Amino acid sequence: MTPAHATNEIPGTVIFDGAEAQKGYALNKMCYSFNSAGNRLAFKHNEEAYCRAYGLTPEQCDAVRRRDVLALVRGGGNVYYVAKLTGIFGLGVQDIGAQQTGVTVEEFRARLAAAGG
Amino acid sequence: MARLLGAICTSHIPAIGNAIARGTEREPYWKPFFESYPPVREWLAKVDPDAVVMIYNDHGLNFFLDKMPTFAVGAAPEYLNDDEGWGLPTLPPFRGDPKLSWHLIEQLVHDEFDVTTCQEMLVDHAFTVPISLLWPDRSKRRFGTVPVAINTVQHPLPSPARCYALGKAIGRAIDSYPEDIGVVVVATGGMSHQLDGERAGFINKEFDLHCLEKIVDDPHALTELSIRDLVREAGTQGVELITWLAARGALDGKVTKLHSHYHIPVSNTAAGLLLLGASGRAQPTRPQSAAL
Repeated sequence: MTPAHATNEIPGTVIFDGAEAQKGYALNKMCYSFNSAGNRLAFKHNEEAYCRAYGLTPEQCDAVRRRDVLALVRGGGNVYYVAKLTGIFGLGVQDIGAQQTGVTVEEFRARLAAAGG
Repeated sequence: MARLLGAICTSHIPAIGNAIARGTEREPYWKPFFESYPPVREWLAKVDPDAVVMIYNDHGLNFFLDKMPTFAVGAAPEYLNDDEGWGLPTLPPFRGDPKLSWHLIEQLVHDEFDVTTCQEMLVDHAFTVPISLLWPDRSKRRFGTVPVAINTVQHPLPSPARCYALGKAIGRAIDSYPEDIGVVVVATGGMSHQLDGERAGFINKEFDLHCLEKIVDDPHALTELSIRDLVREAGTQGVELITWLAARGALDGKVTKLHSHYHIPVSNTAAGLLLLGASGRAQPTRPQSAAL
């Protein structure tokens, strides 16, 4: 098996590079703050104020409000940090996988299991 | 002189930590996964290492994007785990081995790997879950650890070839350590998985099995790959395979495959396990410093 050394984009995939890291810095910094239980509580108390305090763009604030993971990723969110935010909403990696691919969690899990076939 | 005893490569999925915390290892979902570990635990009980070099990637516990080292080496007497934000229980501290850490740092920088040194370093699930898996009985953990963190968060990431070369330098550093100790290298991460984007849920069994085969006898088939190749074939988070290549580099040359296992899925990930013995490896007969 010799994977091609293609330079074209990989479908459905964001490479979190310098451009993304700059675009998403404030969003990721907010998410990183959720390593602290106190900060998670403060966010839950007033989401809008918390997002504003970290200087998120209106688009990023809207993505947070809608719990829209694809929009968070497109807004420069790195999934390792974004997972700390979605965890507050009670969403695990299978929930966000299902949400991003437009299927139910059961369908997403079945798809993962089928990959072992 | 220190002896490099072997290397273990294992997945580090957080859900494993939750299964251990909840005691659900024997449930049907988990049984096939956990059943693959006893042979590795038995080998570890036999070789009984004095030190363990943990090659892993931090997921936003110790490092943030404000300062993101490509390679970081811990140099602390102990390493704390902490809240990662999404509910994994925080584990008690892990003992370090500062003397071995500083030897590795000296030798790696001498070998032109300009690592970041960390006298305080929080270790996340990628460090803690494999230790829980490999040494479930805390009282048996008499070894000190040296964490080696590789950036897999923010591109550019170090290439597979670079990580293999880092591993070779770690192996040489262990060989030249003057203490009479046994050392095991553990690499954590992978195998194929992708958590983000429309391609979330991507798993590539064919590629994973190719890696499990090639890493044993032909690792250079994998070091020829680019990071972009790895993202395409193994997923955005499947690039963690670079930690495995570092561990394989530490054993450079011929190795003996003692155990391997592959299981789909654990959470969103293909779980892999590989135990490589250093039996085929030429141990140096003179201090490494003479050869530098």
